[in-house]
Amino acid sequence: MTIALNVNGASHEVNADPSTPLLYVLRNELALHGPKFGCGLGQCGACTVHMDGRATFSCVLPIAAIGSRKITTLEGLLEDGKPNKLQQAFIDEQAAQCGYCISGMVMRAQALLRVTPHPTDEEIKNYMRPNLCRCGTHAAIMRAIKRAAV
Amino acid sequence: MSLRHIISGAVGLFVVVVIGGLFWAWRPTIPLISAPLNAAVDERVFRRGAELAAIGNCNNCHVANSGAPYAGGTSIPTPFGKIFSSNITPDAVTGIGAWSEAAFRRAMRDGVDREGRELYPAFPYDHFTKATDDDIYALYVYLTAQPAVHNPIPPNDLAFPFNFRPIVAGWKLLFLREARLEPDNSKSAEWNRGRYLVEGLGHCGACHTPRNILGAEKKDSAYSGGAVGGWHAPPLNAYTVAAEPWTADQLTEYLSTGWHRLHGAAAGPMTDVTRNLRQASAEDVRAIATYIASLASASGKPREAVPPKQGNPVANVPSEVADIYAGACANCHNDRNDVGPSKALSLSLSSAIRQTGSANTVRVILAGIPALAEAPAAYMPAFGGILTDQQIESLTAYVRARYTDEPPWTDIHREVSKARQNGS
Repeated sequence: MTIALNVNGASHEVNADPSTPLLYVLRNELALHGPKFGCGLGQCGACTVHMDGRATFSCVLPIAAIGSRKITTLEGLLEDGKPNKLQQAFIDEQAAQCGYCISGMVMRAQALLRVTPHPTDEEIKNYMRPNLCRCGTHAAIMRAIKRAAV
Repeated sequence: MSLRHIISGAVGLFVVVVIGGLFWAWRPTIPLISAPLNAAVDERVFRRGAELAAIGNCNNCHVANSGAPYAGGTSIPTPFGKIFSSNITPDAVTGIGAWSEAAFRRAMRDGVDREGRELYPAFPYDHFTKATDDDIYALYVYLTAQPAVHNPIPPNDLAFPFNFRPIVAGWKLLFLREARLEPDNSKSAEWNRGRYLVEGLGHCGACHTPRNILGAEKKDSAYSGGAVGGWHAPPLNAYTVAAEPWTADQLTEYLSTGWHRLHGAAAGPMTDVTRNLRQASAEDVRAIATYIASLASASGKPREAVPPKQGNPVANVPSEVADIYAGACANCHNDRNDVGPSKALSLSLSSAIRQTGSANTVRVILAGIPALAEAPAAYMPAFGGILTDQQIESLTAYVRARYTDEPPWTDIHREVSKARQNGS
């Protein structure tokens, strides 16, 4: 069955079972490897993407539920093919250790900055809570978000 | 007798009743004390007080908006308006720092503050009145040893005539029975301990018993299920809807961890109750479980377990709903009932979807079950930002039809809007 999806500003017809979580379609059909499979249970945030600008776990979002809502992945944040301000801040602060969680971290942080351009430390901590980092680079992630918020 | 006589007689009687009533309702001020006696706190009494404060969920209402424990100001919605919880830290000006133990005991037992003003029964003194002197003393020691927080409490926002405090005296005349519990010698010590905690400081009935039009618990329907903060507090008596009848062992595990393999996770306001019970002693939790388990069999023979369902065929739902269920829910809530790291059960075991209203199911789908920081527990992601209201409504109807034989809910649309308004 084909389902129409709007991903990173482009329309795609994907041929997949409607119950398929978006994550698998992004990675396996559209070759967008920013979002990662972490737990598949909506627990860790590695799969975080935006749906109409809101941070969303793509591993528990069946494509049947999306409709015309717009999906953005890590790749969709690039500006003229270059890292955007927040992505560059993650690079400058060397916020990645193994890097597996970082796509999800960037996506959630971007959603935060969209609604709260100058968040306090407490606001960052609260907002980022759904995303886990096993390596423990949270301090660097905090610095990156604050750098991008200046 | 002329009409004039009758009228003046009636007026006279009215004046006598009002004055007499005010006299009857009048309570003296209890003198201030300079400082609470916490200079030489007995460690064991303090610990006992801490456990009782956890069992009584004191901080759930008395927490400050800043998060400061017991500093008060939490808004308690009631059908009569908003009540703000008191500051019960030992701050002398805005808290209970100048209260003697006698003043504290009178508040707990009679619902009267130190200055003799009536306290509204949102403060469940109809339960606390059953607490022993020793336990009230332990609570007093515990609370007055907390850090003092200066936090003035805003005035209540109640509709007339409920904003006139002396009318609470009338409420008490009707509904407050000030008495300790006599032990029931036909029952075990554990059961009696459980009854004391459940009926007293635990005030379980405050949520799990329906209330009458004046906001008092209906004693003849004790534990038939009530309402709290938009959630349905399920029946604990023979009207329980649990697919698997609760045993004392199961309740002990559920109450002390917030989860049980055959019942699922505590959610909504019950999450805090089970978190608090981690602070209570294992013996007290066991006693509470023993008494609660007895409520369901007290008024009839124990119910048979409902055989687990592998899923009814569901007709008349939008085709996308089955796909949404398969892609968003079934990965954790699978029909094999394999319990994974999120501790999700097959919905055939869920009490929420067997309840008479959809309130709890809707709220759990919208807001999920937040992860706890302090201990491993059940977790469910919030779907309020993932699914549309329409999808959540269809999904709620779908799980009801698929995993129960109960009639379809008719309140789903209303519950989704209500929960959304409250921020889910």
